[in-house]
Amino acid sequence: MEKRSVISGRLLPYLLLLPQLAITLVFFYWPASQALWQSFMLEDAFGLSSEFVGLENYAALFQQPEYFRAVGTTFIFSTAVTVLSLSVALLLAAMADRQIRGAPVYKTLLIWPYAVAPAIAGVLWLFMFQPSLGLVARGLRSLGLDWNPLLNGNHAMMLVVLSATWKQISYNFLFFLAGLQAIPKSLIEAAAIDGARPTRRFWTIVFPLLSPTTFFLLVVNIVYVFFDTFGIIDAVTGGGPAKATETLVYKVYSDGRLGGDLGGSAAQSVILMIIVIALTAVQFRFVERKVQY
Amino acid sequence: MVEKRRFGNLVPHLILLVGVSIVAFPVYLAFVASTHDAATIANGQMQPVPGPHFLENYYRTIFVGTSSSTREPVGTMMLNSFVMAMGIALGKILISIISAYAVVYFRFPFRMTAFWIIFVTLMLPVEVRIYPTYKIVADLGLIDTYAGLTMPLVASATGTLLFRQFFMTIPDELLEASKIDGAGAFRFFKDTVLPLSITTIAALFVIQFIYGWNQYLWPLLITTKDNMQTIVIGIKKMIVTQDALTEWQLAMATAVLAMLPPVVVVVLMQRLFVKGLVETEK
Repeated sequence: MEKRSVISGRLLPYLLLLPQLAITLVFFYWPASQALWQSFMLEDAFGLSSEFVGLENYAALFQQPEYFRAVGTTFIFSTAVTVLSLSVALLLAAMADRQIRGAPVYKTLLIWPYAVAPAIAGVLWLFMFQPSLGLVARGLRSLGLDWNPLLNGNHAMMLVVLSATWKQISYNFLFFLAGLQAIPKSLIEAAAIDGARPTRRFWTIVFPLLSPTTFFLLVVNIVYVFFDTFGIIDAVTGGGPAKATETLVYKVYSDGRLGGDLGGSAAQSVILMIIVIALTAVQFRFVERKVQY
Repeated sequence: MVEKRRFGNLVPHLILLVGVSIVAFPVYLAFVASTHDAATIANGQMQPVPGPHFLENYYRTIFVGTSSSTREPVGTMMLNSFVMAMGIALGKILISIISAYAVVYFRFPFRMTAFWIIFVTLMLPVEVRIYPTYKIVADLGLIDTYAGLTMPLVASATGTLLFRQFFMTIPDELLEASKIDGAGAFRFFKDTVLPLSITTIAALFVIQFIYGWNQYLWPLLITTKDNMQTIVIGIKKMIVTQDALTEWQLAMATAVLAMLPPVVVVVLMQRLFVKGLVETEK
């Protein structure tokens, strides 16, 4: 799509683009290409000289058991958060979509956690589940459960999954509700006349028609879990205990910060960039399909 | 409603109420904790009803800060968060609206190249390029400055795409009419494009303010001085894991203060918020 009528000007458009392009080049392209370049270089221990080593940093990375552990952690974490937050949000949206009294109030009361910072969400849940003084943790302990996310890796994982899910429900709810409201009521009424009960109507008509929204949210949620949950992990567990909650993004951060392994850290960044680009590409292909649909 | 239900809408109401309570409970508990004294919380004796120390705790949090860790008062942190959030939101709107104006309303060599250069940045979140970006900001001498906090987050394709999409819907006749009136690029922008874009600008502002206020990783790296910390970073430093020294009542007061501005923005400007959220994701 192009404008038929345009403004004439030779220098002006470049001046208008200058701020955005300058910031983009300095803070996006330059660092990204640095990461790419460093991932092929090996620096000595003092950072004085470096040599080109090709794909050695990547090879070294793929020989690290910790790297695959972080891949596994990321996979479990993102699957758990995505499945949990999507199902809870869909349930709530399906309920709010019925013509019940107070639906707008419920909507307001369900969407505000979007505005809570991930790190703050983590802190709230940490407080509830803090083994010695948390209200919920005390309840769990009185039930005879030896709850301790500070020592037990599985408990720590559950805690970050819960915090991340809690924060993401509002976003998914909003998009599911919009998706549900876009489904023509006549289709549902027709099925009702044919004698289909509400549950059957939901799974045979509503859910398939909702699939573009679901698919879109699937991708957005994976991106969310990959990148935006950094604050939750850092505030709640710091990647621990014993790296049980160290995701790929957290590993880039902690490897680059603690060890001076710039090449290895850069290689990890490059792999993450490839993952984001792949996810974005999937998302855009889907968006194109939706437009035709 | 398609059919009559025996119990009316009891089940949806129940499910929604449970959902709302689960969503609200952690925040309610944080508020309750922020009104008790340290001993009550540390003993695990806190009941889920507000206590008598509201004013004292909030006064200490905002103006004094925690005692165990000689941190800055939270008032300073909130000011930093506010400056960063406003800087990011307004900066993004400004640079993306003029770049979209250039891409849509002018014809010039490398127009689409410029558009694609901006577009690709959608795929490079700050998390994947943290250390190289950090090094550049350090080399520019911007550590512990507001410019260092905001500038790397100001550029993003979202705003440009949103404004481009909106400008495409402005009828060509408006530009024709404005040309006949003898208006140039600046007057057309000021008198026609800008007034039409107000809602889009407001929606983008709401989303970007929340985005800026909630930043975590970038301020964590770029601030070394306590008086440059943002509130979201500050709270993490108040919580000493495995340590009885954590002043939970102050940490929870900080959490409440950190949530307040963005949540108020969402609740008061819900319509703009929803519009912004849906449109920036297109």
